[in-house]
Amino acid sequence: MKNKWLISLLVVSMLVFLAGCGGKSNSGNSGGESSVLNGGAGDAATELSYWTFVELHGQHFEKMLEKWNAANPDRQIKLNVTVMPYDDMHNKLSIAVQTGVGAPDIADIELGKFPDFLAGDPQLEPLNDVAEPFKGTVVQSQLDLYAKEGNIYGLSTHVGATVAFYNTEILDEAGVDYKSIVTWDDFKKAGIQVYEKTGKYMGTADTSAIWQASLLLAQQESDLTDADGKPQVNSPEMVRAMTMLKDLQDNHVISTIAGGQPDTEEAYGEYNSGNYAAAFMPLWQMSRYTNYMKDLSGKIAIAPLPVLEKGMHRSYGGGGTGTVVTKTAKDIQLAKDFIAYAKLSLDANIEIWNTLGFDPINMSVWDMKEVTHNPENQFVKYFVNNPFDVLNEIKEEINLIKSTSASPTINNVLCTVTLNEIFEDGKDVQQALDDAQTQIEQELK
Amino acid sequence: MIKNFLYSQKVAPYVFVLPFVLIFIIFWVYPLLSSFGMSFQKVTLGQEASFIGADNYTKLMGDTIFFKAVRNSAVYMILTLLILIPFPMLFAVLINSKAMWGREFFKSSFFFPALTSVVVAGTIFRLMFGEMEGSLINSLLGMFGVEPVKFLKGQTTGFVALVALASWRWMGVNMLYFLSGLKNIPDDYYEAASIDGASAFQRFTRITIPLLKPTTIYVLTISIYAGLAMFIESMMLWNGNNSPKNIGLTIVGYLYRQGIEKNNLGYAAAVGIVLLIITMVINLTQLAISGMFKKEED
Repeated sequence: MKNKWLISLLVVSMLVFLAGCGGKSNSGNSGGESSVLNGGAGDAATELSYWTFVELHGQHFEKMLEKWNAANPDRQIKLNVTVMPYDDMHNKLSIAVQTGVGAPDIADIELGKFPDFLAGDPQLEPLNDVAEPFKGTVVQSQLDLYAKEGNIYGLSTHVGATVAFYNTEILDEAGVDYKSIVTWDDFKKAGIQVYEKTGKYMGTADTSAIWQASLLLAQQESDLTDADGKPQVNSPEMVRAMTMLKDLQDNHVISTIAGGQPDTEEAYGEYNSGNYAAAFMPLWQMSRYTNYMKDLSGKIAIAPLPVLEKGMHRSYGGGGTGTVVTKTAKDIQLAKDFIAYAKLSLDANIEIWNTLGFDPINMSVWDMKEVTHNPENQFVKYFVNNPFDVLNEIKEEINLIKSTSASPTINNVLCTVTLNEIFEDGKDVQQALDDAQTQIEQELK
Repeated sequence: MIKNFLYSQKVAPYVFVLPFVLIFIIFWVYPLLSSFGMSFQKVTLGQEASFIGADNYTKLMGDTIFFKAVRNSAVYMILTLLILIPFPMLFAVLINSKAMWGREFFKSSFFFPALTSVVVAGTIFRLMFGEMEGSLINSLLGMFGVEPVKFLKGQTTGFVALVALASWRWMGVNMLYFLSGLKNIPDDYYEAASIDGASAFQRFTRITIPLLKPTTIYVLTISIYAGLAMFIESMMLWNGNNSPKNIGLTIVGYLYRQGIEKNNLGYAAAVGIVLLIITMVINLTQLAISGMFKKEED
């Protein structure tokens, strides 16, 4: 009899443990850092909550909040900002908006995750009315990026024009002039020279991000998805792009980096130590240099990307964040008016450059010399040349990579499996991409 | 009347058991049945669920990533069993031995890691096993002239880090189980055996191991469960649920990816049901083999 009880107890405790595992999974790294931005608001101010995964975005909102509260004494706002890690924030937000419980009033959603939030009947507020007054002043494609069936659901932060960042100190040591690099062939020659002279790598072979794949596709006017939004990751253009990168790796021009791509903590350390001479990243990478790679101040030059063939477009808009208002927001109209003011107004666009170092979507800012060339600006001080001189040069050459409902899956398969197979294991490029296509199609079934 | 009812010897046991039964039904039976139902539906949060028959299971059977996750979980479970049963048992015997110096110190220092949060421990192990020359393990290897290893990018090396984390963390807990088991073995047995001339090794194999069997089976059972349900360790070690080539993806990790990250709850429910079946089959088989279901002969 006793034994029976022991067995039942054992089995039951086992089962209860099992049942508990679902809950356990959420307790991982929850929390995040919260702070309330006052922005000079009075007691009557409405407190709105705002979730983001980029600490710096909060700084921009803080500036705009002060201006908003000063200009709108009867509609003042306090902003409760919570910063969470990327995956964590998107997962929580997804559950909160879908269930209608616990969502913030305002949130940042990264472009790669945005299609997930547009699935079915979006639980986000359409922003057409507040975006309307700014049409014509901001880049239309940036508004379309976060839209579905004619409704705009997110307000973009930047164009994200992708450029090359060169460490001039390393290049000078190797006797390479970055201005002479026009094609990837030039880049390869320069890279071989850098490796021979200094033992350092020219660039990175990214395994955990698709910036490089995307920019090489955009240069060929191709995309990760076809016109219907179906995945096409084994297209001839993609094979060409990956084969070219693999060839660079085989010649010691590029090498995999700790963290898997330039925008990671480990990689900041590698760059800071001068182990890699170049990064090909959207312009917002500038803020990573000023914030996390201070040792490189005065050494980094910005230049247009090398191209596969002369005449190809030299840039593409990479990454992005759409700021949204959720359906459960406390004061929907107030939240909408505020984010439009904080992201689309001319003032906001100037501040986006001043605080965040992003290329604003109101392109008239690009021509305001007093703003873009302000000698007191931290980014102007940090970099060898002025970012806007390069941006204005490539202004007409910024292609886009579509974000479709298949994008999150494509991203996931390429960044966890395929790029690692190609650059870490040396798997045949065509084979790896064919496998990726099969896997993506299977997952999207 | 009420007094009679409450004092009734027939009713009382049911009243005492009721809270447990209620908890069991609300937090286990109901969610289980509900996820079983969900596994036959297409469920997207915020939208109407639709019945799709066994589609989720058919898709699961052709899903190579799911099988990768199952393989990872199984390998992890086996490795942790191989390490986290014999070694804690051995350490428990050593610490329990009267000849052992500093027993209390070792007991608490072995147990200490269990008090550390997995999040903190995982992060520290991630830094230790970093791929740069300067990270702890690589700088130690460097002293012996070994080139830096990309621990968290390879299947084998990744598991070395993962199992190291598990061993560091759970060694002390399992050791405490064995210590409490050892306390139940009367000293007389050992004395009698010594008088009969049994060596230390003979005493260990003939007295300690057989009498520790209930404890061993308990530790085995919970370790099988813990191995198959592991998730946070992997998530922290790889800084997210997406390890390179999914080398650290576990069944629960896959459930999380499908259910939470991809908002495909029906499919995630199917993953959960399969996990439950695997765990039940392994554990019930194990309990049957070890004779736990047999009637004790008095």
